[in-house]
Amino acid sequence: MSMFEQLAKRDQVFEFLAPAASPVDVRHGPILYLEDVNVSFDGFKAINNLNLTIDDGELRCIIGPNGAGKTTMMDIITGKTRPDTGSVWFGSRHNLLTMTEPDIASLGIGRKFQKPTVFEALTVFENLELAMAADKRIFPTLTAIMKPEYRDRIDEVLEMIKLKTLRDKPAGILSHGQKQWLEIGMLLMQKPRLLLVDEPVAGMTEQEMERTAELLTSLAGKQSVVVVEHDMGFVRSIARQVTVLHQGSVLAEGTMDQVSNDPEVIKVYLGEEA
Amino acid sequence: MASSQTWLLRPLQERSTQIFLGVLFSALIVVTFLHLFMPQDSALHVSAYTVTLLGKYLCYALLAVAVDLVWGYLGILSLGHGAFFALGGYAMGMYLMRQIGDRGTYGDPVLPDFMVFLNWDSLPWYWQGFDMAWFAFIMVLLAPGLLALVFGFLAFRSRVTGVYLSIITQALTFALMLAFFRNEMGFGGNNGLTDFRDILGFNLRTDATRLGLFIATGIALAIGYIICRAIVTSKLGRVSIACRDAEARTRFLGYRVERVQLFVFVVSAMLAGVAGALYVPQVGIINPSEFSPLFSIEIVVWVALGGRATLYGAVIGAILVNYAKTVFTGVMPDAWLFALGALFVLVTVFLPKGIAGLLQKRKKAQDDDDPATAQEATA
Repeated sequence: MSMFEQLAKRDQVFEFLAPAASPVDVRHGPILYLEDVNVSFDGFKAINNLNLTIDDGELRCIIGPNGAGKTTMMDIITGKTRPDTGSVWFGSRHNLLTMTEPDIASLGIGRKFQKPTVFEALTVFENLELAMAADKRIFPTLTAIMKPEYRDRIDEVLEMIKLKTLRDKPAGILSHGQKQWLEIGMLLMQKPRLLLVDEPVAGMTEQEMERTAELLTSLAGKQSVVVVEHDMGFVRSIARQVTVLHQGSVLAEGTMDQVSNDPEVIKVYLGEEA
Repeated sequence: MASSQTWLLRPLQERSTQIFLGVLFSALIVVTFLHLFMPQDSALHVSAYTVTLLGKYLCYALLAVAVDLVWGYLGILSLGHGAFFALGGYAMGMYLMRQIGDRGTYGDPVLPDFMVFLNWDSLPWYWQGFDMAWFAFIMVLLAPGLLALVFGFLAFRSRVTGVYLSIITQALTFALMLAFFRNEMGFGGNNGLTDFRDILGFNLRTDATRLGLFIATGIALAIGYIICRAIVTSKLGRVSIACRDAEARTRFLGYRVERVQLFVFVVSAMLAGVAGALYVPQVGIINPSEFSPLFSIEIVVWVALGGRATLYGAVIGAILVNYAKTVFTGVMPDAWLFALGALFVLVTVFLPKGIAGLLQKRKKAQDDDDPATAQEATA
């Protein structure tokens, strides 16, 4: 009887009835939460008891030597690789381990790959159009029309990534740096909550690097951004918080100065470069 | 409401589609005129034989368009589209068999001749309903569509693509060929279905019916072309190209790649089925040789010669190759396969984008000469 009374309470709002305006629940702070994650490939432990928390709106750099598990970590978050044990939460409502790749993508996790992969046969504009947050099922896609507000949104992103003059050119003719920006632009079109950016400045000129740094720092605050990068100069120029990965787990975490003075870190990573 | 209508009609505003439809309909009108109004002994007279031959080419053209849709825009090299073509053909053939009625050699009002010959005493369940035109015409779409749906669902869900998919499609059509060769299947074995009399009450052996079938094929090709064009110019078409070039990337954008592939594959199979259904009454026979793997490979050669991912290139390729085939097999039958092989090698080496690529190159050269567009490019 008392249970019935509880269920019948008129001011009660059940979780599943609550409006899903923003499906990602960040009231408790972190937008991404990895706990005790383990992955091994044929006996090799790629990820070893990894714990990582990213706050909403944070810009975080992740560094580490080759084979530290940076890319595998990205694969786990985007659903490409399933961990053997551990838990991965997006906000405090979504267990990413139970979701498929497209579901995770539409939830608001965008990933930029190491090698820029844009659709070379399509124009810059069309690349952004496909990336736009929209109903991506078959028939809505078939009958989709280009509304003025979509066009404005695409032009806005084109402005941000500074490719406005190349709007109607096939993406195949872009330079390496331009392709990287187009990819970041494609991520932005999805209005992501969390951006995973894998080695954004590999192979870029100094000038292009500066512009990329500018672009990424302008994104933080609106989105949470996780950058995996090898280039220490670049990391120093953008990072507020740095996480050092080594052999699949977190070695150190803190500001760039704290991290670069940590004796352990110097030994495994910075030492190599010096 | 408006949006769902405009996407299908959008191709009509395109210049390339307008040109294509203009050429196609002019050809239909000219052939009809020359057939009907030129005296029999005139050099310009088009005989009923030629009309039927042209109708056959148009069926092949529609089939090539269907293959280009999946190969050119989706990157799925199907070496089994002959199977969908033949299934559409068999559905039509079954209707035509039932139309014979008691005029067959054995005079059985219900059973086709080959069933009487095999001592069958009743019609198998899957032959029921084919005496009704509407049912048979739905089956023309449904039989290839369902096969493509089941096959595609299994293949694309397990992410089978590239060469492996091509080999499986080849195996599919080969398996169907072997099955249809068996008398027990109830499709006439290796003789297939033939000796047709009427279609929708019109006698198939009159010139007027043949002309009607030719025109119907032309219209079917036009509609098929517009449907394909509507798909490839829609956002879904751009998603298809994205799947073709970077499948994993497309998946990360949140598109269900396997569903896009399945949808386009099923549409393509249905178009191939329609092509087969229009082919059968014009050539007067359907037998398991249409399932042969070689035929499916030949279709791909037409598309490659005409130019991939243009649709009109597929039409040009299909018509040219089949015209060449008609001429060659008449003059020196043994040389045809060598000629086809040589043509394929030459085009691959010198015209990697096919005949359509040649047309595009010329158009581009013209645009570059045009000062207005040149200025735009530098601005």
